[in-house]
Amino acid sequence: MLRIEGLSAEIDGKEILKGIDLEVPTGEVHAIMGPNGSGKSTLSYVLSGREGYEVTGGTATLNGVDILAMEPEERAAAGLFLAFQYPVELPGVGNATFLRTALNAVRKGRGESELDAMQFLKVARQRMKALSMPEDMLKRGVNVGFSGGEKKRNEILQMAMLEPSMAILDETDSGLDIDALKIVSDGVNAMRGPGFSALVITHYQRLLDYIVPDRVHVLMGGRIVKSGGPELAHELEAQGYGAIQEGLPSKHRFDGGEAAA
Amino acid sequence: MTTAVATGAAGFLARFEGLKDHLPGARKPWLNTLRADAAAHFAARGFPTRRVEQWKYTDLGAVAQAHFTEPLTMVEGAIALPVANAPDRAVFVDGRFRADLSMLAGLPYRAVGLAQHLDEAEAQLGALAKPQHEPLAALNTMLFEDGLFIDVPAGIDGGLLELVSIALDPGRPFAFHPRHLIRLGAGASLTLIETATGRGQCLHNPVFEITVAEGATLTHGRLLQEEATVFHLSTIYATIAAGGTYDNFTVAAGPRLTRNEIHAALTGPRATCHMNGAQMAAEGQHVDTTTSLDHAAPDCASRQTYKTVLTGRSRGVFQGKILVRREAQKTDGYQMNQALLLSEDAEIDSKPQLEIYADDVKCSHGATVGALDADSLFYLRARGIPESQAKAMLVEAFLHEAVETVTDETLRAALTRALDSWWQRQGAAAA
Repeated sequence: MLRIEGLSAEIDGKEILKGIDLEVPTGEVHAIMGPNGSGKSTLSYVLSGREGYEVTGGTATLNGVDILAMEPEERAAAGLFLAFQYPVELPGVGNATFLRTALNAVRKGRGESELDAMQFLKVARQRMKALSMPEDMLKRGVNVGFSGGEKKRNEILQMAMLEPSMAILDETDSGLDIDALKIVSDGVNAMRGPGFSALVITHYQRLLDYIVPDRVHVLMGGRIVKSGGPELAHELEAQGYGAIQEGLPSKHRFDGGEAAA
Repeated sequence: MTTAVATGAAGFLARFEGLKDHLPGARKPWLNTLRADAAAHFAARGFPTRRVEQWKYTDLGAVAQAHFTEPLTMVEGAIALPVANAPDRAVFVDGRFRADLSMLAGLPYRAVGLAQHLDEAEAQLGALAKPQHEPLAALNTMLFEDGLFIDVPAGIDGGLLELVSIALDPGRPFAFHPRHLIRLGAGASLTLIETATGRGQCLHNPVFEITVAEGATLTHGRLLQEEATVFHLSTIYATIAAGGTYDNFTVAAGPRLTRNEIHAALTGPRATCHMNGAQMAAEGQHVDTTTSLDHAAPDCASRQTYKTVLTGRSRGVFQGKILVRREAQKTDGYQMNQALLLSEDAEIDSKPQLEIYADDVKCSHGATVGALDADSLFYLRARGIPESQAKAMLVEAFLHEAVETVTDETLRAALTRALDSWWQRQGAAAA
């Protein structure tokens, strides 16, 4: 389970996260919704260890282990996975090489044996089929020339291969048409079970029709301002983030101009 | 009275005076004239200094100051050869052709040692390399002892040939100046893989004169992998006739100082020239690629992509000149050079130079310089790949991209091996 307590973080001296408390129990899928600039992506980067973000307070543990002190690769080995909002293109790095290197690095970190090329291909083909990905995507450079939908499917493929215990999906729905959205959601839903939790970060409720969350949290101004069941997402869709802001004590009101994306 | 071995241009000139009656072809008046003329030019100009535009970023001071001597005596006996890249190979030791180590039987064209076949080479020797233009060509012309002479007749596919150059360490600084002449007749083709290895304090100063006739194709892959005590200064002259192709790919990864200078002239319509490469330097090393492309006929195409990777306190240079003459309409020229700096102490100088006199041409050039991309590195690490391995993957990707254009599979594999082995050596040095 992921437990975040009083997490504050800044970038270039500007405070973006202002004391986040959040708990995602094992086996549950939680959604974080919020307007642009509320700190959603910052939260995903701070949890996954991207450089440039300074944690100024609070803790984050995954299955009881403090992840904030770890290198990004150690967090991955510990079971954390970030599906990027904007997956990076890596010309010259073959997708198969990348996937196999990542898988074996994570397996090694977990004390499991590495897979050889044949074993790897078998697993990869299986997973790709489930995501309706053509096999030649293994031969291409990582995300090079991929459409928006292909890039997101590639993220889900990586998740399916690495089998994390905790996945953060950062705006995985952005840039997806309805068919791709369904495939990606099916990929996530297939992972759901007692050993898997996820934090689904999204601006819109649409994705949550396909990946139905156990809990929904609203992030505004660097804080979780409201939590509820799946119905909260629909409420937000109907009334907008403004309505939530109206109902908050003034000290929690979100000044959109203050926070970075 | 005894004096120390003279250094610099004076040292080479003094040795030329002492050696000239013993150099191959010393009894041939035409060659004596050629050598004397070269000596006169070298005496007048000396080694190029950084005041000369083409040498602004590369200092030959260390070469000029070394007490080199020419080997002259041929090394006999068996020596260890580098792993073969092709079954057919011409082997040179300290710049001298070694028929006993070479495998050239049954070739459908001529590939012989130049020293034994000078008369056949008279018309070609000095046809492209002009001592008055490049001092290093003058030095080579003055003192060359041998070289590879390749003549592929019209219509013949010569297949794959390897040119192996090995420099042994005689325990004192020495210099050798091989002269390689390559001629492809109309419609002929050849893939030449050149492997240069060597150790000791040595100057390897080869000059190539390459003639590609109508519709002929020469693919020329070069692996410059001498050790970090070696100075490698090579100058290539190529002329490409109508419909012909000269395809050069150079990996420079090893010597203390590498100068990879290429002059190519597209002299007939629809001729093509590719000049690509990857050059790498680590602590204390210097790599320089300087190209000059002369579009002298219409409808020709040229492509240049060079990659530079620098670590430690090292320096890289790329200078690329494209001249499009007035008559070279419909020229299609492209030049790109990209540098990856893996240390804050590394430095790259990049100078594209386009001179265009025709009005209907397509010419583009670009240059990028940077460190490893932080987003790419984070992406790999977020997938569990340790930082050092992630860096290695990105550097390899950067370098491999350069060889993607190489269509000959044997050559591409050899180039890839050279790139990987350099990078692995860097990892071993850092560990």
